[in-house]
Amino acid sequence: MLVSILNGVAIGFLLFILAVGLSLVFGMMDVLNLAHGALFLLGAYLGATLAGSWGGFLGALGLAAVGGLAAGVLLSLMTEPLRKRSHLDQALLTLGVALIAAELLIIVFGDDPLSAAAPPGLDGSVSVLGAVYPTYRLLIIVIGAVLALAVYLVVDRTRVGALVRATVADREMVATLGIDNRLVKGAVFAVGSVLATVAGVLGGPIYGARPGLDATVLILALVVVVIGGLGSVRGALVGALVIGQIDTVGRVLLPDFASFVLFGALALVLVLRPQGLFGTRAVAR
Amino acid sequence: MTADQQAPRTEPGAAGPPAPATAPGGTGRAYGRYVAVAVLVVLAAAPLFLAPFATSTLSRVLVFALFAVSLDLLVGVTGLPSLGHAAYFGSGAYAAGWVSIHVTAQAPVPLLVGAGVGALAAALTGWITVRSAGVFFLMLTLAIGELVGQVANSWESVTGGANGLTGVPAVRVGGEPLANAGFTHWYVLLVFVLGFALVWVVARSPFGDALRGIRDNEPRMRALGYSTSLYKYAVFVLAGGVAGMAGSLLVAQQRLVSTADVGFLISSLMLLAVVIGGAGSLWGACLGAALVVVVRDALGPTLDGHGPLVLGIVFVVVVYLLPRGAAGLLGRTR
Repeated sequence: MLVSILNGVAIGFLLFILAVGLSLVFGMMDVLNLAHGALFLLGAYLGATLAGSWGGFLGALGLAAVGGLAAGVLLSLMTEPLRKRSHLDQALLTLGVALIAAELLIIVFGDDPLSAAAPPGLDGSVSVLGAVYPTYRLLIIVIGAVLALAVYLVVDRTRVGALVRATVADREMVATLGIDNRLVKGAVFAVGSVLATVAGVLGGPIYGARPGLDATVLILALVVVVIGGLGSVRGALVGALVIGQIDTVGRVLLPDFASFVLFGALALVLVLRPQGLFGTRAVAR
Repeated sequence: MTADQQAPRTEPGAAGPPAPATAPGGTGRAYGRYVAVAVLVVLAAAPLFLAPFATSTLSRVLVFALFAVSLDLLVGVTGLPSLGHAAYFGSGAYAAGWVSIHVTAQAPVPLLVGAGVGALAAALTGWITVRSAGVFFLMLTLAIGELVGQVANSWESVTGGANGLTGVPAVRVGGEPLANAGFTHWYVLLVFVLGFALVWVVARSPFGDALRGIRDNEPRMRALGYSTSLYKYAVFVLAGGVAGMAGSLLVAQQRLVSTADVGFLISSLMLLAVVIGGAGSLWGACLGAALVVVVRDALGPTLDGHGPLVLGIVFVVVVYLLPRGAAGLLGRTR
């Protein structure tokens, strides 16, 4: 049971790294980026192909970060002309991008599932409170906690973060102050995308890399964002940890019905708090 | 908020019943009736001169056209852009398949069970989704659709898991199984016409006018005393039922259901079909579905399995170049 709970924490932090970008882009610019899962898959494929040595692992992280940065800027530019149009148009556009990206990944990496190796030294296990636990997953917990703290501090305690939060709250007002919110949008999109690809590299040794993984992680990230509340870093963290637990402990207790449990949690949160646990925006208008 | 987004699709005065915009130009409508009859005649005669493979592709087009029509009732008519509609299509397909295998394949039974289970699944999940608006609705339907897909994948004793539900017997009409592609096509066509007529009547009714009013300006409809969430819930359940009908047709046509028929990809492709055809135009949704099915099933194999790549490009092009779909090109918004 302890192992399941720790797994849940590791998956939770991984989901946080993935979901926080989605949540910020979504909460801030109202763009539902359905290509977010494809970014994770890009990272996972890079990790599966390169990792295995420390150089390869760090190289994969670096390449994934560059790829995420480029993709984030590109997506921000592509969605810009659609800002005045419906959410549906933005969703369809990013969905088209996701389909294209997934196919390109299959063309480059093949359609057989790849498994990624953890870097040397981390591929063993350690003893945690009497239970044997993979070292790599502990590392994910540590990296996730550090990134969560970093994102939280940047968004909550710095001027840049204040700007981002202000843009979430009132885009027109920020524009009136002479700040180009296209720049803010591009930056948040880029950071969110880098986090997604990095999460892919980190998650490679857990999830592997295979066609269809992009949709799976996208849904988990969406559920995290819905449960946590839009554009809230704290919400993304709490949502991710909750979903991490439900997904792993639920799978152990009710192997056939983990999705029902996930849906049940989603339904419960939405009935009690339609705007999510930490959401501030009204849902129905 | 939904009002501004959907505004370009219709004239601003169209909110509230009776909506004047429901009636397109009189002469156009008369021509439309002749075209409809001609199309029906061609569709009915198709098995007489088409090869069996082409006939079954045409049947598949009709299956997905009915799906697209039910989705258009949500997206185009009510302004509820669902990304998880395949959940109800898939539930209906699995239910119809299960009943055909374990109980009876006698004609109206799988159809009614498919429609009933589709509506039931929509009733169970819709009370969460219809409370939300805009982008929340998009992501909730997406998440629910995908969760239903995972249920189909993991509930092996009923759904057959990753292998899908196989060995579904042919639909029987009056004791005779419809073994031949042509007879199956006529069955699919008959149900398609019934389903299309149902959606068409609903869209033209005062209820449909209220739905369009909700799409164009929900706060105003609330102010007029409409319980808009009840209307949205009702149309969500109805659309789920029609999608379930389409699902039962899918089983009748291909005699198996797999998780590929429930997932996110089908939902999004059908949304693409609706948008290509021009949201709000039921005929457009059928044409869009035809295009998508042909690209995926008929053209896909010749594209070296890269059908999704082509469809992805179609998505991007349609969003930039055809904001109102093919129906918008023809200058008709519904």
